[in-house]
Amino acid sequence: MGGKRLKIVAVCGMGLGSSLILKMNIEKVIKDLNLEADVSTTDISTAKAVIGDADVVITSPELAQQIGDVKAKVVTIKNFVNFNEMKEALEKTLKG
Amino acid sequence: MWILKLIQDILSVPAILVGVVSFVGLVVQKKSFSEVISGSIKTILGFLILVAGAVTLIGSLNALGPMLETGFGIKGVVPNNEAIVAIAQKTLGKETALIMVFGFIVNILLALLTPFKFIWLTGHHSFYMAALISATLGTAGLSGIGLVIVGAIILGLMQVLMPAWIHPYMKKVTGSDEIALGHFGTLGYYVSGTIGKLVGNPEDSTENISFPRSLGFLRESIVATGITMIIVFLIASIAAGPSFVESKLSGGQNFLVYAIVQALTFAAGVGVVIYGVRMIISEIIPAFKGISDKIVPEAKPALDCPVTFPYAPNAVIIGFIFSFLGGILSMLIMPLFKLPVIIPGLVPHFFVGGTAGVIGNATGGKKGAILGSFVNGIIISFGAALLLPALGTLGFENTTFGDSDFQWLGILISLVAKLFK
Repeated sequence: MGGKRLKIVAVCGMGLGSSLILKMNIEKVIKDLNLEADVSTTDISTAKAVIGDADVVITSPELAQQIGDVKAKVVTIKNFVNFNEMKEALEKTLKG
Repeated sequence: MWILKLIQDILSVPAILVGVVSFVGLVVQKKSFSEVISGSIKTILGFLILVAGAVTLIGSLNALGPMLETGFGIKGVVPNNEAIVAIAQKTLGKETALIMVFGFIVNILLALLTPFKFIWLTGHHSFYMAALISATLGTAGLSGIGLVIVGAIILGLMQVLMPAWIHPYMKKVTGSDEIALGHFGTLGYYVSGTIGKLVGNPEDSTENISFPRSLGFLRESIVATGITMIIVFLIASIAAGPSFVESKLSGGQNFLVYAIVQALTFAAGVGVVIYGVRMIISEIIPAFKGISDKIVPEAKPALDCPVTFPYAPNAVIIGFIFSFLGGILSMLIMPLFKLPVIIPGLVPHFFVGGTAGVIGNATGGKKGAILGSFVNGIIISFGAALLLPALGTLGFENTTFGDSDFQWLGILISLVAKLFK
């Protein structure tokens, strides 16, 4: 995916708390990897409409089921606040 | 001096005020020019979107009130944080924005200077708490700079003391000391954890049960709000009767159709408000975190309640069900106490009840989750009813705050104010 500015969406129940924490951590990882990305947050109800042209969606396994099949790569993480879990999962997806 | 007057006028528009705050935050973080401009504009838009959502909400609530009164002869109230906060912004926007900003500064200072090393990152709850504090202090007679200073101190204190209060139980939930719980339902969580400790055994965990996960739709808060409101509006419209609804409210439209459309209009309004809140906090919170990371790097982040959900997903479902049952029981017995009737909403009972379930489970297993969340449901219902007089004119809007800390703090502020009068 080199060169292009990525679009990443973090999804949680309300799109207010957990996804914002995710967004801040994602931005840190993106910077460490020397990539560029627009990271936004949204709630599960509007997720399907918002993630249309996103490259990567990050959310929990339960919410990923509700999102269903989408074009974007869906990264699921169990613990929203575990920085390392998120970092590994995201790096794997971006490189893979 | 027209220029001073101009600056004053600009800063007294709440939308611009929050925009200025996020502008400063983005500049301090050394963001690029385009990020600064887009972030500041988005924050202003977020506030304006929120106010637009409030108008939608009020329209629908104005239809509900008369139906409940005609049908049951009661004043019925559906607690919904987004609704009450959005309505409050129409009159208290400036105070709310200023209390939020200075409250963050007080939070950082307290984390720096006291043993309470917590940094509150649940931005929407800071915003809602700032709105509650402006409304209750305003009703108590404060205004202007005094209101902002007292309000900011109260908000900053709440943002370190609530996570500190629940932290012993939070450590039992997470099994570590790294994150704190930053969600203003702490009173219910603490009671749930304490009940769990008294009645149950953490070994007998809810997570040993295998459970269907079919209640997942409840995390979709606008769907859950829509379902609650359809049920409430249908019951109210049937009780009020077709002739009343069609002659007084719907302009001839079938009363059931009208009820369902109004119910979903309310949910749509909540969706708009949440969208606005998201645009406001997603610029301001990262700035706040960036600043606090530099000043108090050792502080623990206090995070929104769903951070507890992965530790005990079954307890979330059990907590929701029993909290909601507590809400239903409260609704039925409230007329005996001559209180306004609080109609239980799915959203507060899911998020706050679910968290109470997780904490009750961590201290007392199944019994703790069941009994703790049931009592939580009763607390947030009676709290909502007792808070209404403290909100002044806002108390007449057929909606109120749904989570326990907003409720007890609002009641406390109004009691203290009475002592001084």
